[in-house]
Amino acid sequence: MPREMMYGEAMATAIMEEMKRDPNVIFYGQNMAMTERDPMLKAFGRNRVRIAPISETAEIGIAIGAAMTGLRPIVELWMSEFMLVAMDQVINEAPRLRYMSGGQVKVPIVLKAGYGFAAGWAGQHSNCIYHTMMGIPGLKVVLPSTPADAKGLMAAAIRDDNPVVYLHPYMLMIDSGEVPEGEFVVPIGIADVKRQGTDITIVATGWMVKKSLAAAEQLAAEGISAEVVDPRSLAPLDVETIVNSVKKTGRLVLVDQAPRHSSAAAIIAAEVAEHGFEHLRAPIKMVTALDTSIPYSEPLENYVLPNEEKIVQAAKSVLMRQVVAA
Amino acid sequence: MRKKEDLGKDRLIWIYTQMVRIREFEERVKRTFLEHPGAMRGHTHLGDGAEASIVGALATRNETDFVMPSYRCHGYPIVLGTPPRNMMAELYGRKDGLCKGFGGSMHLADPARYFPGTSGIIAAAIAHATGAALTAQVKNTGQVVYCFFGDGAAKQGGFFESVNMAACWKLPIVYVLENNEYQAYTHISLEDANCMAGDPLSKKAAAFSIPGVTVDGTDPLKVYEVVGEAVDRARSGQGPSLIESRFYRLSAHGNAITVPPAPTQFPEHEAIGVYGNKAEFQAAKANDPIQRFRSELIKNGVLSEAEASRIEQAARSEMDEAVQFALASPLPSPEEATNYVYA
Repeated sequence: MPREMMYGEAMATAIMEEMKRDPNVIFYGQNMAMTERDPMLKAFGRNRVRIAPISETAEIGIAIGAAMTGLRPIVELWMSEFMLVAMDQVINEAPRLRYMSGGQVKVPIVLKAGYGFAAGWAGQHSNCIYHTMMGIPGLKVVLPSTPADAKGLMAAAIRDDNPVVYLHPYMLMIDSGEVPEGEFVVPIGIADVKRQGTDITIVATGWMVKKSLAAAEQLAAEGISAEVVDPRSLAPLDVETIVNSVKKTGRLVLVDQAPRHSSAAAIIAAEVAEHGFEHLRAPIKMVTALDTSIPYSEPLENYVLPNEEKIVQAAKSVLMRQVVAA
Repeated sequence: MRKKEDLGKDRLIWIYTQMVRIREFEERVKRTFLEHPGAMRGHTHLGDGAEASIVGALATRNETDFVMPSYRCHGYPIVLGTPPRNMMAELYGRKDGLCKGFGGSMHLADPARYFPGTSGIIAAAIAHATGAALTAQVKNTGQVVYCFFGDGAAKQGGFFESVNMAACWKLPIVYVLENNEYQAYTHISLEDANCMAGDPLSKKAAAFSIPGVTVDGTDPLKVYEVVGEAVDRARSGQGPSLIESRFYRLSAHGNAITVPPAPTQFPEHEAIGVYGNKAEFQAAKANDPIQRFRSELIKNGVLSEAEASRIEQAARSEMDEAVQFALASPLPSPEEATNYVYA
């Protein structure tokens, strides 16, 4: 039976259920489980639920060493930018150790962090930095866009034998949705068609899925049928589902909260150009953040980020254009 | 308290034997650059000079305790029982290498022998070792982690963050700071605040309110006693300690960095090659921990000259065989390169 819950509760539920299921799962981070009232602490005790100092390099590095020796740590990092001070551990340690050892060790860690907090957090706490991770062999990167995916992908991330960067859009934290109760695992690396359509494909991640679905509603009112595909996982990336959608619609808009050249959209565009070019009936269009830092003041922030109107306009412009055979 | 007097004759001979095996392995690696140019790629770092410190520390170890050093990592697995032939084959990039040719000199791993793996990034593995200690604590296994790193690593943020967390959580780990006087090419007097103030590097422990001890790392028995106390403390739940083990790296930081096909080999030690201080290097050579321990064992009647020679000859034969094994092992098939990306 599904139950209505918020995105944040869905993540917490998955962590709670997986910790009950596997005694090797531990959970720690800064500013968490600070009092005895904490439900995780009540359920699992201080041995498995811990408070960390502000030390991302050690928090992530310790998780790696613990994972190499038999635990499955989840590190609460709160904001994805905080990983930047520990990038060696994220990029040059966690995904390398298995490979360098010739497959002798595994590093099952989950790095949980929010991202893209477009609520006046300005230049250093609003960013999308998944492009730095999605191209690192050995690392998995997931971006759930619904409460159900938030639960199912968290369960999958915890059970995965590889390092998984679990990024949740802060702007979706209090969105509600139906979430299956009990064991529910969404496999990593499988895209989801969030809305069926026939005229144009919109590929979007995270918060942009919500924006794209709203844009698809607007387009539908004008008689345009948009299909919305959410990759859900950037590494591995389900290129096949995206190309299959493009086969059907012949047109593609990519929506990404990141700036153009550090977006997942740019990578997806390249994959479709190589694997789906013959199906395209118009050039691909990317709707991304502008090439600026994220500004503080609201009108400035709105101007920089993708929104429904930009997506609708992009879809219409793609529908008006046609590839002319040479 | 562990006392060196409690070490029996067999154990003393074991310590000497392991020291000699490490030295012979490193000598063979060094000679490879002349005997088989091009066989070893990239960057190789030797532990000659560290033998007394490594073996003295590991002589305190229980069989299931984890050992996690830096990228200067050849000596430790030799003591743990990893076959040198597989280590040598790894350095030669062969199929029978310890890591099947995927890691090389800086990334040896033998998890079955409680040697989970190494990182080539300075200080990164201090956090990993601390994580292994977290596993031991969460699972209540009674294991202790031996974390070895250089004086250079003791200036990295990861060191400070990790030791603080280990102290907060009272993790069962012993941090052995191997002060070999040079961080890569720079002398410690140019980059360490404790050293510049005339203090031992073990003073860093005071920042975390944990014990910090400096020991003569050229004497395996002194290292045995000091590390032993820290290990006992860690195992009994009292948390981490920092041991500064002082010795002198007897080879240069690594083989010369050249671009193929230009040949590479070990340059002169930085003391001479960079700083022109031949006297410093010669003094360290004269204080070679292996020669000193040998003389001490013979003087005390633990070993005869003939027995010592037999140990040395056996180590030479073992490492000769390791080189022959490595040369005979096939190179990996190119398409194997896509293995092991994901578990």
